[in-house]
Amino acid sequence: MADRDRCYPQPPAWLSAGLVSLEGVSRLQVVSGKGGTGKTTVAAALALALATEGKRTLLVEVEGRQGIAQLFETEALPYEERKIAVAPGGGEVYALAIDPELALLDYLQMFYKLGGAGRALRKLGAIDFATTIAPGLRDVLLTGKACEAVRRKDRSGKFAYDYVVMDAPPTGRITRFLNVNDEVAGLAKIGPIHNQAQAVMRVLKSPETAVHLVTLLEEMPVQETADGIAELRAARLPVGRVIVNMVRPEVLDAADLELVRTVGRSSVAQALSAAGLGGARRGGNAEKLVDPLLAQAAEYAERYALEQEQRAVLGELGLPLNELPLLAEGMDLAGLYELATELRKQELS
Amino acid sequence: MSPDRAGAREAPSELKTAGEPTTAGEPTTAGEPTTAGEPTTAGEPRTAEAQEAARRLSPARVLDIDLLLDDPKTRIVVCCGSGGVGKTTTAAALGLRAAERGRKVVVLTIDPARRLAQSMGIDSLDNVPRKVKGIEDQGKASRGDTAEEDGGRPAAGELHAMMLDMKRTFDEVVEAHADPQRAATILANPFYQSLSAGFAGTQEYMAMEKLGQLRARDEWDLIVVDTPPSRSALDFLDAPKRLGSFLDGRLIRLLTAPAKLGGRAGMAFLNVGMSMMTGTLGKLLGGQLLKDVQTFVAAMDTTFGGFRTRADATYKLLQAPGTAFLVVAAPERDALREAAYFVERLAAEDMPLVGLVLNRVHGSGAGRLSAERALAAAENLEDPRIVDQGDGKAGLRNSPDTYGSSQPPASEAAGTATEEGSPADAERSVDQLTAGLLRLHAERMQLLSREQRTRDRFTARHPEVAVVEVPALPGDVHDLAGLRDIGDRLAAGRPEHT
Repeated sequence: MADRDRCYPQPPAWLSAGLVSLEGVSRLQVVSGKGGTGKTTVAAALALALATEGKRTLLVEVEGRQGIAQLFETEALPYEERKIAVAPGGGEVYALAIDPELALLDYLQMFYKLGGAGRALRKLGAIDFATTIAPGLRDVLLTGKACEAVRRKDRSGKFAYDYVVMDAPPTGRITRFLNVNDEVAGLAKIGPIHNQAQAVMRVLKSPETAVHLVTLLEEMPVQETADGIAELRAARLPVGRVIVNMVRPEVLDAADLELVRTVGRSSVAQALSAAGLGGARRGGNAEKLVDPLLAQAAEYAERYALEQEQRAVLGELGLPLNELPLLAEGMDLAGLYELATELRKQELS
Repeated sequence: MSPDRAGAREAPSELKTAGEPTTAGEPTTAGEPTTAGEPTTAGEPRTAEAQEAARRLSPARVLDIDLLLDDPKTRIVVCCGSGGVGKTTTAAALGLRAAERGRKVVVLTIDPARRLAQSMGIDSLDNVPRKVKGIEDQGKASRGDTAEEDGGRPAAGELHAMMLDMKRTFDEVVEAHADPQRAATILANPFYQSLSAGFAGTQEYMAMEKLGQLRARDEWDLIVVDTPPSRSALDFLDAPKRLGSFLDGRLIRLLTAPAKLGGRAGMAFLNVGMSMMTGTLGKLLGGQLLKDVQTFVAAMDTTFGGFRTRADATYKLLQAPGTAFLVVAAPERDALREAAYFVERLAAEDMPLVGLVLNRVHGSGAGRLSAERALAAAENLEDPRIVDQGDGKAGLRNSPDTYGSSQPPASEAAGTATEEGSPADAERSVDQLTAGLLRLHAERMQLLSREQRTRDRFTARHPEVAVVEVPALPGDVHDLAGLRDIGDRLAAGRPEHT
């Protein structure tokens, strides 16, 4: 691969690169969240939002699921940085699906000129061992590659990417994933893996990194978010924001819900009838709509109360909150841009 | 759903006034609706709900949960699927239902919500099944068996539940396979400690290991297993094999006894690879970690065969008749895509899939009112000038052209609202509220058609998979009553509208 050298400069160069914060926004944005909360979508929207005004962002995937390719409606991403979107205002979003096996071979080639021996290693099961079995090694390779992209500079000394956004493992595993370098550093007490783990840890625990958690206004994701934040804080990893995804529009407000409890069936039937939906008398089409519609309102009311409760719990976390709307048409590329715009409005970037 | 399809199924329904029986004493012009082309049993008026259910479930086979749970030949039910689709809740609800229908059940959960775990009494991590209190005999009546004559003894079975502790399970395996001294060496090894505490795959492997253990104890006649929230839903199938093949694999033997292999003829390439490899690993990991690995492997040597055998046995257990895989999903694109992968993978591995549990499906009691019409009506209420108040009552009711139009005709009741003399502002706020109700309904209908589209895509790809739909609940489930409710919904297999 032609850009291998660019991917992995010699360690001293990137290990000694200075930490630069850009107007308070961390350059490595890690996005986690409970399964089903849409963390890949939020990570992609964030990458788009940060790419405005000519900025360049790299969106990184570490779980081999090709979620980014599906989201951007492109073919599967190779282990190669590739431009996948242009942001409003001329910015660019690149994407990379980090494959631990290739990252390891890459790493061996760069540091030990062992790239050609890869096949022999694979035959022995050594690659499989290193990337799937050896505790933490896989995670060091993944976070190491992301950190390398954060630190990389071009010839003129400018950062290759203004921001790197990582679609990270889910909340339940995020602290272990990011902190695994500590674990490896403890396990491998000397040697290059130890050194690399230490260097990666320095980036991850600095203000240059922010770990965001995506949640829904539901009990389990919120609980898991609170637990995840406690774990991240205990590991001294920098917690960024809580991003509430798929927020349903407020169709009925508190006053409406109050009225729903007291309103007479017949007056609703008459209103429906007046709107052109049939007869308001018993058995009429409008009248027959009243019960189902009120039942839906009751469900809405129950959910509304639960959501308010969860908002209160999130409010107590003491973190900046963002809310992204549920897209009525489902998630597609246009929706992604809509969410990016929403994030920009909320001054995330 | 495309507008024309929605139209074909929904729009004509209210216009059919002839031929359908109406309840006596109801002088309405619009009778019970039928969907064009759908055969209805004569003399049996179908409710909107039944029609809705028939429409939703028509293409796929319906999965009969009670048939599965009541069959004594069903010994293991594995719930799998991507994260956040309600796998744990489904597993717990199935376990509870089976127990209350008379079976002796153990549920193995991986990571239950805290309140649910508390309510089941399994929030303590002791890695052994605990008996769940509060099991009722729900199935007696429907089973129609003779249990009630049996001295009044309740016919309910038993429910045990446990939460997996993967490190402890791993420790137990080591202890079972090595002599005490060797076991102690292994347990104290730093490499082992990292490995057992959670590299990707340990949880999956240990879940399967625990399943094997529970099955071997033969104390339960049904085991319900939840699977770990893996990076990919397929991981748990691969993990046992992968770990098994690693632990008795070539690499690890090379690590432990490099000298032995070096002299053999025909292994020259291995020799090169090996020296390079041990050298590389030493360089990469640091000499001390390599030594830890070697010590660990040497100590584990005697138990390798055991690991391999167990991994194979668990795999065979999963393929055996008596095991039933349920793929759990929600009617969302990503979840159903994962479900489709899973269905294909299970087939490739000869694993017995019994069906798809589709959680959180939305329904509506007013399914005949389309989103478009609801929105148009809401606009009418918010801006009443659009409504032609002076229009005749029934004049337009038989005209199909008005359906889906943004300006539906005024109905017979238009104007009666004011005749009743309620204060104008109160009427105004009722109009506003009603508009809100209609918008809420429009939103629901849009969600419904999106879910239907997503599900249709799955069914088109896998028409052979039986499906059971579980209606969405507004809130979370955290007690037995909630699980029981889910169980009822699983068994009913169609939306129940409240």
